[in-house]
Amino acid sequence: MQKLKIFDGPLDVEAIFALWHESVRDKNFGAFITFVGIVRDEDSIDGLSFDIYEPILHSWFDGWQEKANKQNALVLMAHSIGDVPLHKSSYVAAVVSPKRKEALALINDFVEDFKASAPIWKYDLRSGGRVYAKSRSTTLAGAGLLA
Amino acid sequence: MITVEFLGPIGLDNMNFEANTLAELSNILKSKVPEVSAWLSNSAVAVNDTIVKSLDIELKNGDRVSLLPPVCGG
Repeated sequence: MQKLKIFDGPLDVEAIFALWHESVRDKNFGAFITFVGIVRDEDSIDGLSFDIYEPILHSWFDGWQEKANKQNALVLMAHSIGDVPLHKSSYVAAVVSPKRKEALALINDFVEDFKASAPIWKYDLRSGGRVYAKSRSTTLAGAGLLA
Repeated sequence: MITVEFLGPIGLDNMNFEANTLAELSNILKSKVPEVSAWLSNSAVAVNDTIVKSLDIELKNGDRVSLLPPVCGG
């Protein structure tokens, strides 16, 4: 099972969770905590669209996997590139762990750091075009080096 | 020769420059690519896919420098 997977367009959440669950359920983990992001209908957008820089996304994810492994846990993630319509999902994440408390703490930290660090760019879909979601974006650590 | 890639919403094609350090590259971008100047203050910088935090980093022939503007996954 690929622990980080990128899909074109909206995620098939049920299929991804079924695969994850099937892969981990006999490994003696006691907790499987999931997060599903759903595209909301707000500000008259028609949906969202995403660009991803995969090499740095993979190294960021590998760092989290190492951290999770130290707690005998696993992190799992899937994300969309391209367009995702309203009420579909562009992002799912999960933590699988021996115990519930560690998994709940880890998924919170994992999703928070994802928001701050993952090299993914979001656009609102409006009138058939993509508008960079600048005001909702977070500057990466170390930004401005070349200014 | 190094290659600079402008990721996400910056929306420019890759460009090649002669630069020995990131400090030199900064000056080159400011003088030769005015459309990127507004992005320099909010973009992080990676050399060969590792984010760097120092201008003193030496660049070698064939290195790839990436500019990463503000992110918003999920």
